[in-house]
Amino acid sequence: MTIYNLYIFHENGTLLYYQEWHRRKHTEMSREEEGKLLYGMIFSMKSFVNKLSPSDLKDGFQSFKTSKYRLNFYETASSVKFILNTDTSVTYSLVKDLLKAVYAQVFVEYAVKNPLYKPGDPILSLLFKNKCDHFIKASSFYK
Amino acid sequence: MATRIYNVFIVSKSGGLIYDYDHTSSSGTVHNLEVEKTFGYPLDIRLISENRKMIVEFGARDGIATGHVLISMNGISIEGMSEEQIKEFIQKEENFPLNLKFGRPRLSTNEKIVLASMFYPFFALAVQLSPELGSSGIKELETDTFKLYCNQTLTGVKFIIVAESKISGSSGIESLLDKIYELYADYALKNPFYSLEMPIRADLFDTNLALAIDQIERTGFI
Repeated sequence: MTIYNLYIFHENGTLLYYQEWHRRKHTEMSREEEGKLLYGMIFSMKSFVNKLSPSDLKDGFQSFKTSKYRLNFYETASSVKFILNTDTSVTYSLVKDLLKAVYAQVFVEYAVKNPLYKPGDPILSLLFKNKCDHFIKASSFYK
Repeated sequence: MATRIYNVFIVSKSGGLIYDYDHTSSSGTVHNLEVEKTFGYPLDIRLISENRKMIVEFGARDGIATGHVLISMNGISIEGMSEEQIKEFIQKEENFPLNLKFGRPRLSTNEKIVLASMFYPFFALAVQLSPELGSSGIKELETDTFKLYCNQTLTGVKFIIVAESKISGSSGIESLLDKIYELYADYALKNPFYSLEMPIRADLFDTNLALAIDQIERTGFI
């Protein structure tokens, strides 16, 4: 089992944070462009799913799977979006718990509670990076 | 193990919807479709108009959720009424108490075509943004109410199934996707009156597809 990479988006679509672990394929775009593309895709996917659903949604879009990877999506009530790419053997419920923990124990603790961090700006704090890295590496499905 | 199938779509190579099968109405799978309630003045839910529909924006309660549309007022369908007429009616105190019926918006054929063409870029972007080499497009898309399964053939035709999300294994759905491909090859492509990329109108295809879906719903395999 593998974790490829993590994206964190602000409610307005800016890429707050990106980190990668076992990523093997890179796009030819810059990180910002790639972030915009992914955000746009997830944004329209949410509305797609909302229209297609036969009954009322609670969480809405959760994940999608291709032959090689699974993209997992978790959104907080304040619209902070977490996207974690894993391999296909990882289930969404596992990832959701991990992302919830990343939000509560890393994002809130080391970004929101940092007085030098302005909400909506990309997170540059080294402490945040280290904590996030430790957190992901400690998870049960990080190889 | 029984599985509920909601919709089947077939999307052509160029992204157009060429077939759609709606199983939600016939199988009675959708229960919370419409809610009727009596309201006093002033209305405690907030409505906005969007695409010539009145949509609940805020104030979900008693089975009426945000995103639901207004269907009728005092038992009279609002179809044909203009937004202004509806707004005026709702704002007048003498019209209360008022019976309003709300429900989840049903997809029109046009909206289905739009959704089918929306899936096309998702599929392509999933390949582009893949962190791993040699990835395919989206095969499964998961939400809390349904799962979408997609099978793209070598010729670029996509078969899409929307089904209940509480299924542990997807093997039954996979065989249904293969079965639909087989039916498509047999009853659509071998039909001398069928031209490629055009909507599929073949009775034999319809009946055989319905049979296959019924079987998968009852037994879980084909």
